[in-house]
Amino acid sequence: MIAFVVRRVWQSVFVLLLMSLLVFVGIYAIGNPVDLLISPEATQAERIATAASFGLDKPMWEQYFLFLRNALAGDLGRSFAYSTPALLLILQRMPATLELAFAATLISIVVGVPLGLWAGLRRNGFVGKAIMGFSVLGFSLPTFWVGLMLIMLFSVYLGWLPSSGRGQTALLLGVPVSFLTLDGLKHLLLPAFNLALFNIALVIRLTHSGTQEAMLQDYVKFARAKGLSNARVIGVHVLKNILIPIVTVIALQFGALIAFAIVTESIFAWPGMGKLIIDSIRVLDRPVVVAYLLMTTTLFIVLNLVVDILYSLLDPRVRLSDAKG
Amino acid sequence: MVKKIDMVRWWACALTVLCGASMPAAAQDFKMAMSSPPTSMDPHFQNITTNANVIEHMFEPLVRRDENGKFVAGLAESWTLVNGLTWEFKIRKGAKFSDGSLVTADDVVYSLDRPATIKNSPSSFNLFTKAIINKKAVDANTVRLTTGQPSPLLPSDLINLIIVSKKATEGLASDDFASGKGMVGSGPYKFVRFLRDDRVELERNDNYNGPNKSPWATVTIRFISNPSTRLAALLSGDVQAIENVPTPDIERVRKDPNLNLVTKTSERMVFLFADWRDKSPFVTDKSGAVLPKNPLKDVRVRHALSMAINRDAIKDRVMEGLSEPTENLAIPGSSGYNTALKTQKFDAEGAKKLLATAGYPDGFGLTVHGPNNRLVNDEKVAQTIAQMFTRVGIDSKVETMPMAVYGPRGAKNEFSVALIAWGGSNDLTSPMRALIACEDPAKGLGVVNWSKYCNPKVDEILSKALVTMDDAARSKMLQEAAALMSNDVALIPLYFQVSAWAVKKTISYTGRGDERTYAYNFKPR
Repeated sequence: MIAFVVRRVWQSVFVLLLMSLLVFVGIYAIGNPVDLLISPEATQAERIATAASFGLDKPMWEQYFLFLRNALAGDLGRSFAYSTPALLLILQRMPATLELAFAATLISIVVGVPLGLWAGLRRNGFVGKAIMGFSVLGFSLPTFWVGLMLIMLFSVYLGWLPSSGRGQTALLLGVPVSFLTLDGLKHLLLPAFNLALFNIALVIRLTHSGTQEAMLQDYVKFARAKGLSNARVIGVHVLKNILIPIVTVIALQFGALIAFAIVTESIFAWPGMGKLIIDSIRVLDRPVVVAYLLMTTTLFIVLNLVVDILYSLLDPRVRLSDAKG
Repeated sequence: MVKKIDMVRWWACALTVLCGASMPAAAQDFKMAMSSPPTSMDPHFQNITTNANVIEHMFEPLVRRDENGKFVAGLAESWTLVNGLTWEFKIRKGAKFSDGSLVTADDVVYSLDRPATIKNSPSSFNLFTKAIINKKAVDANTVRLTTGQPSPLLPSDLINLIIVSKKATEGLASDDFASGKGMVGSGPYKFVRFLRDDRVELERNDNYNGPNKSPWATVTIRFISNPSTRLAALLSGDVQAIENVPTPDIERVRKDPNLNLVTKTSERMVFLFADWRDKSPFVTDKSGAVLPKNPLKDVRVRHALSMAINRDAIKDRVMEGLSEPTENLAIPGSSGYNTALKTQKFDAEGAKKLLATAGYPDGFGLTVHGPNNRLVNDEKVAQTIAQMFTRVGIDSKVETMPMAVYGPRGAKNEFSVALIAWGGSNDLTSPMRALIACEDPAKGLGVVNWSKYCNPKVDEILSKALVTMDDAARSKMLQEAAALMSNDVALIPLYFQVSAWAVKKTISYTGRGDERTYAYNFKPR
């Protein structure tokens, strides 16, 4: 297991290095952020001075080398647009995005698993078919459209929930979170549901097919023959066996939720990392873009690792040393 | 059964009453939604409208402008020219910072020195202070500023420079301001809280003694960049006013009995650059090969391009009325606005004839470039213009891109015909210096001259106007320059953007031309 983890970390470092180089070259090729940030009335001398203060006057390879040296010391540079350390900017917005992603994951499990079970057990019933139909919609409707429709319905016409923003926050271990206040919860509900929609559909489908498959297995027949109650057969034996693909998908999707919360965040004016990255790309704020991508890449790597380890715990047949690469 | 329904009604009623009672006292709190959040709370960090709009609620510059762009008293109640090079500013009597201390001349001198000390500013305020070579606090209420050469634009430059408290901000870094440190200003509001990307909360500054007293006890400025969400926030009652109403929804807001639409012609002038070089990368023959000689250099062709554009159709069909066609580069009423210049009339036949006399009876091929996230409807406007060009025989393609790509490419002069805008100043010298003057980086001239236009006569007038202190003489010179530029078709002016606000019916509002939205301009009816 230790050898496995060490090999993974080694590979990850290589991936991170390659990714940072790609982003660096990419943004360098687009152009000079000073042209976008500075007042158009500024003189050439002021432009040059501003570029120099950002270190943009040096050749590309030297800029990259400096970045690497500082990154190894834990400094990912200061944002051009905000003049705040890039990592700090991202960390300030992280609680909002994490909260949204956790809420969305929770919703997708709480809603998706029971609906999927129902659909799997009663697949010919009307409700079962309706649930599967809903899952198709969940897959295919674009997030931004659903988000706007949710706002129109629940805020504008019904007036039940606020249309956008984060609402009141309370401190939990020094981190501002909104699920501890009623106002915060109200603000969280719509964006979290919008973000969860795709995952709800995913979980429904996985649970549905898993249940159908499991119900035909010998251990289910055996359990029934033993005289176990239906609730116990499904709630313990079936559920436990179909959990592996669901755990994998939810864990991997968690990374996707964070990385792609951008659309939901901009529709609901949710002050998270996604909005930051869009604004930063808009002004070619390289330190923030690089730091953000390094962070999401790390997140995906860690999630993958956690999934592999969880696998081995959930299913004794899986050996980590087998899972090369 | 009947009784049951009655009970339900009663409960519903009780609940609504409760809901009504728990609503905040509506006349005291005001919430509005802007489209972009500020990057910093430090008034001297970055010269950008989104920052200034929020900061100017809490701080004042020496000089301000009214909604039509006229100079009015800011923190200075008056200013006079002492001699050709020295201006004297008098601070408003009894003006206090929000911490209760008096605003002194020392604070003003300190605030004018401060921009040069800001580290890593992406767009420095140095631009506005570098003309001043000497700053002197004559007494507690009087400041004298001396410039190196005659500087008629000094009051106009000082509009952008915020006066901060020396005591409160000395030694602070730009980042510190976000937490509220140093947020001690002489403006109508006091800082309460800044939640990055989300909102700024303010309360009335009771120490403020200027003319813009707030009718609201508290103000919340929300930042909602998605236009549909911004409108939804207004419709659902989360905010009472929004800026930048999306054009597709203009009709809807006009018809809504609960909303008012407020519009005001802004100073943002939208125009086309037309390449002035001998050879241009996107001017081709009909088969797509770059022409050896650039037809755009011929004034007749440039004139034909301008004639081919139906500015009224763009206003009605694309902009939903939110544009004001123009031939002038400066807004009406500003120095340099030439009333003799008439907006170019749409004349497709005339344009074809002009092209024929210029030697292009069959037209040529062209690509019109434009941004797709900078101006209101920029992509649609670029497409419309390309169609209008095609109609007179110039086969036009369109290519639009995000400003992050467009800006740097334009700066490298990579386009032949490019759509862009200039804004934020009511003086003709501002667009002349940046867009039209022959390129001279050392002097800061022609910094954004994407078309490489160069007319020494225009430059000569510009350099004279920049040091002429007599307003009437200066205005006359600039009008002459405006006529020259129009004759040359130096740029192809299209229209001024019109800003639009949507406000609840219960609130009255007057819009401003400088793309600022101040909470104190909203008043309960």
